[in-house]
Amino acid sequence: MREFRYERADDVDGAVALLAGNPSGAFLGGGTNLVDLMKLGVATPDLLVDVRELTSAEVTDLPDGGLRIGAAVPNADLAADARVRERFPVLSQALLAGASGQLRNRATTGGNLLQRTRCGYFTDITVPCNKREPGSGCGALGGPHRNHAILGQTLEGPGTCIATHPSDMAVALAALDAVVRVTGPDGEREVPMADLHRLPGDDPSRDTTLRHGELITAVDAPALGFPSRYRKVRDRASFAFALVSVAAAVRVDDGVVADVRLALGGVAHKPWRARVAEDALRGQPATEAAFTAAADAELAAVAPLRDNGFKVPLARNLVVRTLLDLAEGSR
Amino acid sequence: MDTEITLRVDGAAHPLTVDTRTTLLDALRERLRNTSPKKGCDHGQCGACTVLLDGRRVNSCLVLAVTVGDAEVTTSDGLATDDRPHALHRSFVEHDAFQCGYCTPGQVCSAAGMLAEARAGWPSAVSDDGEIDLTDAEIRERMSGNLCRCAAYANIVPAVAAVAADEGVRR
Repeated sequence: MREFRYERADDVDGAVALLAGNPSGAFLGGGTNLVDLMKLGVATPDLLVDVRELTSAEVTDLPDGGLRIGAAVPNADLAADARVRERFPVLSQALLAGASGQLRNRATTGGNLLQRTRCGYFTDITVPCNKREPGSGCGALGGPHRNHAILGQTLEGPGTCIATHPSDMAVALAALDAVVRVTGPDGEREVPMADLHRLPGDDPSRDTTLRHGELITAVDAPALGFPSRYRKVRDRASFAFALVSVAAAVRVDDGVVADVRLALGGVAHKPWRARVAEDALRGQPATEAAFTAAADAELAAVAPLRDNGFKVPLARNLVVRTLLDLAEGSR
Repeated sequence: MDTEITLRVDGAAHPLTVDTRTTLLDALRERLRNTSPKKGCDHGQCGACTVLLDGRRVNSCLVLAVTVGDAEVTTSDGLATDDRPHALHRSFVEHDAFQCGYCTPGQVCSAAGMLAEARAGWPSAVSDDGEIDLTDAEIRERMSGNLCRCAAYANIVPAVAAVAADEGVRR
């Protein structure tokens, strides 16, 4: 592990200033991903600014019935919060479907959003990876890649990257139209979840649209008002990343889809908000045929690779099953 | 880069000078000679290093010692009181819940933290509503962060279940 200086700041602005002055520094939250990446030699910060006690560790009510989640709220506490379980079951279920009890106790809300891909080529410094070392190539494209992306990849050129975003929580927050509150060298700003994470494009080294020195201080989940749930398929029954996951919320009035939110995990470089499927579903009857047609419309854009074509029917079936469960529950 | 810290472990305070890169696990084992937490994978995947930090179970291999501050660290050793084993220690022995024993201190700390979570009403992926009832499926899910290479799970689950029943979180 590279040597680093460890600093605490008095407040958020102080932490932002410390990091803004050091291009090789990083914020430290729970450390469950960053410390591991430092051990692996994948992350090599020369300064760690500990922000765990700087941002709020509280979940507070917003006037519209939504919730403001402090960036330091541990994943375990967020999953157990009675208001989250009542208003946003999809968020609680997503958190509980991820990691282990130990990791959820330590990992923070802000850190969860900023965790890096678990692509085995990214975490192995002996093989090429455009995300870890821009321009070195993509080891995953030619090697085993059954757990990699089927949507939105960059399949040629110096930006080649087929990694997936590993977070379950982020998929739920994407479906919930959450807004990420950020403080940086230029002040505060709000970033909708849909704009936080990026597709690899020509620069897979950047997972998010945040600029160096910007710190997530909170996440706002606006009121939803209809049933939601998270469903995840993985290789083991517990403590494994998603092959495919679905965060869904649907309101059915008189057998017709009045509103719907849908996001997929495990399929792309970012939580995949399925707006094509959502648009196809609004005003349609809440039937298996309509749900299947919507899923197929969304998945028309897939580019399955040699080893991961199984994810396409898996994603379709998972979307249909989850929507049917929600629709049946609201009858 | 050296930093001075004081670690509070199992009821005693230990002033230490550590390199900032030192994990809590390495500080416990290599500096304080507390070999109760074990180094298995060193990447947060096996749970052998599990300790309680202010009563919450964490992977000590992923916690930098400089970040611990005033938090109370409890290892499996520290769960014993006055040299009397903890109920989980006794239950693991009674149920023969180990073979080589390497994962056991982590299993015990994890179970202690997990039982506290259950008493607090925390949900899990197996059941996210209703009264807490630590069925075998619940115990397997909630303990999935602890691996046992000897696969003593068939006895670990009953060992944890017996204590859960005594604590009123298993019907």
